[in-house]
Amino acid sequence: MTEKFEGAGPEARFEAYLEEGKFMLQRSTTDGTYIFYPRMINPHNGEADLEWVEASGEGEIYAATTTSRRTEQGGDYNIALVTLKEGPRMMARVVGIDPHEVKIGMAVTADIQEVEGTRAIVFQPAKGA
Amino acid sequence: MAHSLRAKTACIGLGMAGMGEAPGKNAMDLMVEATYLAARDAGISVQDIDGVFSATAVHSMPAMSLAEHIGVQPKFSSSSNIGGSSFMAHALNAAMALEAGIINVALIAYGSNQRTAGGFKTVSEPLPYEAVYKPRVPLTAYALTANRYMHEFGATREDLAQIAVAARQWANLNPQAFMQGPLSVEDVLSARMISTPFTKLDCCLVTDGGAAIIMTRAERASDGPHTPVYLMGAAMEHHHRMISEMPDLMHTSAKQSSQRALDMAGFSVNEMDSYQLYDAFTINTMLFLEDIGMCKKGEAKDFIKDGRIAPGGDVAVNTNGGGLSCVHPGMYGMFVMIEAIRQIRAGAGDDEGTRGQGGWLDNAKLSLAHGNGGVLSSQATTIWGHPDTV
Repeated sequence: MTEKFEGAGPEARFEAYLEEGKFMLQRSTTDGTYIFYPRMINPHNGEADLEWVEASGEGEIYAATTTSRRTEQGGDYNIALVTLKEGPRMMARVVGIDPHEVKIGMAVTADIQEVEGTRAIVFQPAKGA
Repeated sequence: MAHSLRAKTACIGLGMAGMGEAPGKNAMDLMVEATYLAARDAGISVQDIDGVFSATAVHSMPAMSLAEHIGVQPKFSSSSNIGGSSFMAHALNAAMALEAGIINVALIAYGSNQRTAGGFKTVSEPLPYEAVYKPRVPLTAYALTANRYMHEFGATREDLAQIAVAARQWANLNPQAFMQGPLSVEDVLSARMISTPFTKLDCCLVTDGGAAIIMTRAERASDGPHTPVYLMGAAMEHHHRMISEMPDLMHTSAKQSSQRALDMAGFSVNEMDSYQLYDAFTINTMLFLEDIGMCKKGEAKDFIKDGRIAPGGDVAVNTNGGGLSCVHPGMYGMFVMIEAIRQIRAGAGDDEGTRGQGGWLDNAKLSLAHGNGGVLSSQATTIWGHPDTV
């Protein structure tokens, strides 16, 4: 039982995958449902039944806001909640588009980029969307 | 059968200090001043307090610090922090400890000097998986919710602004409210944009303020100088910490907390004389009107039309001016409960000071005081009642 918890915890593992250029989610080996953020145990069933799998990177904007910021500090920026194709929702930024143009329902694709100096998952409008 | 905690305890005293701006005072000063005033109001000595409940933005163990400052040795204390709803949860916890005979006199207190200390500071640690995107905590979460709400239900920024306008109209009747003066929908819409769809005037004030209440068991609640206001029901629930984990941004657990509090009280939501709903942002009032059952989900924009929740309307909401126009020193929950209690005391003929015409409701006997904490995370509801409602 305890071997399930050996080694680095889920936050450290997620960060390590990110360093490798991978966006990883956890999936229940019991029923195949996905979770995000990464956890020690599955919040849906209380079991330690989580395995790591690579995310498809596909998602859809669930909610978005443009945060006002002075131009000299980098200007206005987007913060969004993105519903992943696999089911879970996460906070992220949509980049490569005017923040005011980010709309609910927009199809987006994940990428790994620096966000103000830190490597993170960001999203861009999906090609053909 | 009535719930074992129904009307077993009452608020017998309350105090507020440094509402708005209190230069030169720190959070503890304001909390102690409010505590002293609450004890005086209850006709007891501070030294009679044997249960202490507190949460603040600046103390890691506020109940311990507060007890030390006021020189009491509590038989039970709690510094449980579930954000702005902490104090409604403290009232439930105090009722449990009083009714169990563990304590005899409970103090619930809050203090903050964040306006004079330089502005809003979040209580929150950086949240993993969110902090990297630089959300403004908690503002961003509420802005996201408002964005989704407008999308799902066709509500507009004008609808949200109506909430701020109604709050200001109540504030204009209350000399203790920090913000005074006319406010129009256009004023709200044209104020500085903070995070779409919110301008500055969709957001709560950043003020100083301290607040405290004293609770005791029903059998000794009538001994004091003021009308005892009974805790008829109380309940809490939380189902997430971070906005990205909220299952559905349109439904808060205020639905569950209010229903259980009302069940304990034995009243339906429509029987309340006032509704004090924690309005950190304009969207809060819309969501909570729906979640406590005053109208269906998505229909708050129609419910509030034509000044219905403003002074003179048929549903009295946030009668002190709310967190939007009265006072909001970081956590506003104490002031929500105090307004709920004061409306009942004023209705009973106690001297609560002068307000403009309609600022004190006629013969108010039941108040719902709803607290919100975190990012729509924690919801806690209390129902307060005049002795006649027991």
